[in-house]
Amino acid sequence: MAGGKEIRTKIKSVKNTQKITRAMEMVATSKMRKAQERMRAARPYGEKIRAVASHLSQAFVDYPHPYLQKRDSVKRVGLIVVTSDKGLCGGLNTNALRLAVNKMKEYSQNGAEIAVTTIGNKGFSFMGRNGAQVISSAVGLGDTPHLEALVGPIKVMVDAYIAGEVDEVQLVYTKFINTMKQEPTVEQLLPLSGEDFKGPDHDYNWEYLFEPDAKTVIDDLMSRYIEALIYQAVAENMASEQAARMVAMKAATDNADKVIGNLQLLYNKTRQAAITKELSEIVSGAAAV
Amino acid sequence: MAMTMHVDVVSAEALIFSGNAEFFTAPAEGGEVGIYPRHAPLLTRIRPGAVRIKLANSNEPDVILYVSGGLLEVQPDGITVLADTAIRGADIDEAKAREAKAKAEEALKNRKTQMDYAMAQAELVEAVAKLAVIEKLRKRGH
Repeated sequence: MAGGKEIRTKIKSVKNTQKITRAMEMVATSKMRKAQERMRAARPYGEKIRAVASHLSQAFVDYPHPYLQKRDSVKRVGLIVVTSDKGLCGGLNTNALRLAVNKMKEYSQNGAEIAVTTIGNKGFSFMGRNGAQVISSAVGLGDTPHLEALVGPIKVMVDAYIAGEVDEVQLVYTKFINTMKQEPTVEQLLPLSGEDFKGPDHDYNWEYLFEPDAKTVIDDLMSRYIEALIYQAVAENMASEQAARMVAMKAATDNADKVIGNLQLLYNKTRQAAITKELSEIVSGAAAV
Repeated sequence: MAMTMHVDVVSAEALIFSGNAEFFTAPAEGGEVGIYPRHAPLLTRIRPGAVRIKLANSNEPDVILYVSGGLLEVQPDGITVLADTAIRGADIDEAKAREAKAKAEEALKNRKTQMDYAMAQAELVEAVAKLAVIEKLRKRGH
């Protein structure tokens, strides 16, 4: 039987762990609120840029942008995988990575090669471990996503697309639905579907004035649109991360409570048994005299 | 009533300004542009600089915003500024891309050595454990 002292030590250690998980839960709660705000703050840009692009596609159709053209055969696929930098957030990264791996399997069965861009530490080390071809990555993003840190890695993938080294680009990230629910998602990034730009919009027929020229401006607009989409995914992933961590840490804290309860019960039983044993020894000793 | 237009200034990270204006200036690539309502549709890049917005129906001072470049879309009834959050340029972007690529390659190489290290460490732990068991058995044997 475990001694009283050992059980006491164990209870203390579980309590210490619980303190940590509770603190992490509170931190994640406050960070989640901020991450959600940032996620919302990023939305107007995406909407505006889509609106501009849709005006453009109606007003100016002579320059078919490579981002909009579908390729006949898909020989190589680019995958942008967004994960968190840190762990302890439940199944968030596992689920996203599982989805990515399934997608990769699906493509390689069809005979396509895969190139990966990872955003976030977890995905990066996972892909590295599993021998995926990682062409660029962004790690250590911190709690606030900055577009600046993403521009380089995205450009590597987009350049590969333009150069024809990659025929399709998919984006994997965890969508934030609400605090309790986050969903790993795959979205096609490139080629952009023309549907994205059609909408119940005004029917302007005016020709745009371009400065310096149409191609440059449209190229700029398109690359910013892609970046905005990825930025939005990263912001959403961060909100999901904090929410998942909050839930995971709450579960851990509750579990610690349960463990402490059981240990306390065991401790009391042990103590009681020791006392009873001692008493019966004294009584039987007295009877013998 | 004076004519007005709707102005939105957004960056990828936040909505910076949204409101009605009578007059608007921005540092377009071809030079500073001033825009009144009902301007012809225009799409241009803007350089890093100040955007000035004269608010409609108000005596408040003009809103002055700094943008580090981006795109400007003008429609007769509205203006959208898609502001960049950082200074951009073809060569800067290029450099960033190269850096990201190099970093990925570098890290992958390091990961391999790190993995070797982790594996060696695991083997070491196992060997130590085996030694401890042998030691114990030997003691018992005596």
